[in-house]
Amino acid sequence: MEFLLQPLTLMTFFPLVGVLVILFMNPEQKSAIRWTALVTSLITFVISLWVFSKFESSNPDLQLDAKYAWIQVAGWNIYYYLAVDGLSILLVLLTTFLTPISILSTWTAVEDRVKDFMIFFLLLEVGMSGVFLAQDLFLFYIFWEFTLVPMYFLIGIWGGPRRLYAAVKFFLYTMAGSILMLLAILWLGIKTASFNMPEMLARLPDLYASGAIDPRTQMLLFIAFAAAFAIKVPMWPLHSWLPDAHVEAPTAGSIILAGVLLKMGTYGFLRFNLSLFPQAAVDAAPTIALLATIGIIYGAAVSYAQTDVKKLVAYSSVSHLGFVMLGLFALNPEGIAGALLQMINHGISTGALFLLVGMIYEQTHTREIKVYGGLWKITPLYGIIMLIVALSSMGLPGLNGFVGEFTILLGAFGSKAIGSPWYAGISALGVIMAAVYILYMFQKMFLGPQGEIIEDAKKHGHPIRDLNWREIITVLPLLIFIFWIGLYPAPFFNIMAPAIDKIIALLPL
Amino acid sequence: MPQPLDFATLQPVIVLSVWTCVLLLLDVFLIKRKSITAVLTAFGLALTLGLTFMQVGASNDGFSGMVVQDGFSTFINALQLVGGLLGVAVAHAYIKRTGSERGEYYTLLLFSVIGMMLMAQSNDLIMVFIALELLSIPLYVLAAFTRNTESEEAGIKYFLLGAFSTGFVVYGIALVYGATASTNLHEIVAFASSSSPSLLLTIGAALILVGFAFKVAVVPFHMWTPDVYQGAPTAVTAFMSSGAKVAGFAALLRVFSVAFPNISMDMAPVLAAISALTMIVGNIVAVSQTNIKRMLAYSSIAHAGYILMAFVPYGDAQVSADAIASGLFYLVAYMLTNFGAWAVVIALETKSGSGLELSDYSGLAKKYPAIAAAMTIFMLSLIGFPPTLGMVGKFYLFRAALQGGYTTLALIGVITSLVSAFYYLRVIVNMYMREGDPTPARDLWLDLTWSITAIATVVVSLAPQFLFVLASTAVMLK
Repeated sequence: MEFLLQPLTLMTFFPLVGVLVILFMNPEQKSAIRWTALVTSLITFVISLWVFSKFESSNPDLQLDAKYAWIQVAGWNIYYYLAVDGLSILLVLLTTFLTPISILSTWTAVEDRVKDFMIFFLLLEVGMSGVFLAQDLFLFYIFWEFTLVPMYFLIGIWGGPRRLYAAVKFFLYTMAGSILMLLAILWLGIKTASFNMPEMLARLPDLYASGAIDPRTQMLLFIAFAAAFAIKVPMWPLHSWLPDAHVEAPTAGSIILAGVLLKMGTYGFLRFNLSLFPQAAVDAAPTIALLATIGIIYGAAVSYAQTDVKKLVAYSSVSHLGFVMLGLFALNPEGIAGALLQMINHGISTGALFLLVGMIYEQTHTREIKVYGGLWKITPLYGIIMLIVALSSMGLPGLNGFVGEFTILLGAFGSKAIGSPWYAGISALGVIMAAVYILYMFQKMFLGPQGEIIEDAKKHGHPIRDLNWREIITVLPLLIFIFWIGLYPAPFFNIMAPAIDKIIALLPL
Repeated sequence: MPQPLDFATLQPVIVLSVWTCVLLLLDVFLIKRKSITAVLTAFGLALTLGLTFMQVGASNDGFSGMVVQDGFSTFINALQLVGGLLGVAVAHAYIKRTGSERGEYYTLLLFSVIGMMLMAQSNDLIMVFIALELLSIPLYVLAAFTRNTESEEAGIKYFLLGAFSTGFVVYGIALVYGATASTNLHEIVAFASSSSPSLLLTIGAALILVGFAFKVAVVPFHMWTPDVYQGAPTAVTAFMSSGAKVAGFAALLRVFSVAFPNISMDMAPVLAAISALTMIVGNIVAVSQTNIKRMLAYSSIAHAGYILMAFVPYGDAQVSADAIASGLFYLVAYMLTNFGAWAVVIALETKSGSGLELSDYSGLAKKYPAIAAAMTIFMLSLIGFPPTLGMVGKFYLFRAALQGGYTTLALIGVITSLVSAFYYLRVIVNMYMREGDPTPARDLWLDLTWSITAIATVVVSLAPQFLFVLASTAVMLK
């Protein structure tokens, strides 16, 4: 009992209660199943708020430990170990916050096999929370790989026309990275005789200093971890699975994919690559900054060329996450803090974009930008919300995206690790390019003469309508955070600052 | 003169042998009631399993050092008996359905199990040879059991190649005897460590390895596997793909780590090459299969490669215990998962022998979510994905390979796992993401087999502590 009542354990595994209940429900009772899933995810969110209330933001260390010996034989030193600190608390809250929103977004969009859908969705939530909380690499790896399974089903069963291709590509691509990480984890486990982070961090400096792990090996280990995370982020040139997965995934899947799953990659860099391999992180910083910069420009340019609005948003993620990577490997407090905040921002803004795109797609069943036009006149509310979210995504001052990107660029300009202001300078162009593709999309869809789809929809007896109450409630919480972070980001920075300082102190700069 | 203690070392084997002979006679009188034979077979296996559990902790050698009974053999014996029980459970309805229900099926299965158990207990190369024959000959017969063309072809193919491989073992034993003047494992190692390295011994060991390699089906000695697995009755395939493999590995692990540690320098590169080839060929060829029996056949080849990978550094005293323990652990994971997967295959096979193509699995999840979920768990476990036992097992194997310093081999292992994900996923894709209307056969024993193995695959992976303890304490008498 004591095991289950640990706040972090309870929060991580509570969705399983919902899974169990839904498992025994009649598949025909769709509405009851939806409500069960929603209530479960809302309770999980409340539990996460309870966790947050117990969290001390001035403390840089891991907190609220749930630690139990798990496999302690034959030289294995594995713990069940969940804990949270300033690096992960916001991401955990983002997970529990976006899950009910995603479930709400499926209310009328998913009619087929609702029972299976909700089971997979709640399982996914367990996996995601676990990734952000696990402090034992064995446990982390289990959660990390496990998130693939439900997402694979979500894309493969409820996705678009090319869903099988997208699902398998997503699975294999991601697994390709994680198997290298698996070997690195085992190798580290043999060398440090431990799998949990605090013990490893205590033992590694000696191993590095004594030459038991030479710099070349350290770099190889760094690359093995980075392979897993870079594919997940995704960093250019490993991004090609992302557009397929996003375009084919159902709306709720896209929200979670962009909002949380991609963050697992950047979080992995922050949590593991920086602290476990500090010297390699410093050495690799310029290379990663280069790849991030290419990703920013490339993602923005390719976004502009898209004719499918969902693909446009998907490629914009490549660009936005390039910023996050640039900030992380600036390896200074501004850069990392900006990156961490931008992870949250991207989750909210891009999540909201996918949500809004999904809302119109549900009515028209097309995402071709050219068939739209003049939507604002018919759906003024939808238009204004889309405008706010679009502006937030392109980084307009006063909204959340600006704060993150600005801080990142600030960090990258002054970064000793990157060593050149050029990366930041070129990346800044990405902000302008974002304005181009976002406004282009907005203009084509919402302004100008009425598009053919509007007449078409009328002819078929389903004229395009504005948002209904459920849709407003779904998107409203996201809007609140878009303004909150944009206008008063200090509380968010305060939560992460001590933990970031602790990470930076490990780096040999 | 044999002492009571000698009999104690072989007690489970002796009891099961007597029971089998009694059953052979009894079956003659049970003309119409073959289900009773099945139940009596299961009873015999369960009884022997109980006796095996009573041996836990004891270790002795018996019959002048011909056989041993130690933690290792008890572990393998228990595993083989569970395999036998599962083998009966999947066969019962299947042979009735395919019209080949004859009582000999069960007695042959029991004789094979006895051979498998003896294999784990052999401490002398002559015993290894006898056990190998005892386990193989009933399997040849079983492979040809349904008496149709494919089944008979499978039987004869298995017999010819099996006999050929046994020849290698015998020749190897002769050379080893020539080099060391003994067939006892301990005397071989004692002689080898007191005298200068002998080429004869190395060649002998290599020939014995060839024989075992045929049995566990590793590349390049795997050619028979796909044909035999496909042609044999599916229930037989399920049984032999687990049992024969476990037995082959049991003998391989014991003979090499007890008798041949001195020549590990010569053997390790050979083992490494075989294991790498097996992982690569098994997984890559499996990708192009459209028949599920052939696909699982290649998958079983590939899995032999993973187990062998961990065993490559067996000569390194610090690693060998871990290498053996990880092999044992994985054999358990493999047996559970493999039996479960075959049980699902058996459920989907129709009376006429169709329903074995991958496309026949399309749409299974819609009407039969439970069986599809179970199959998903087995496929994930074979890939090595959490939360399944296969993942924990692979963790263990890869660690042993890394500890032994075989990083490249481990790298080949993980990359081929990725390849394997491709073909295992295809089954899941068909079940969940394509339309179709398959009708699995329902039978209580079959349903129990796949549901229990599926639950065990997940639950044991979450609480693997006891299995780790069992595997790592199942040490050999040295």
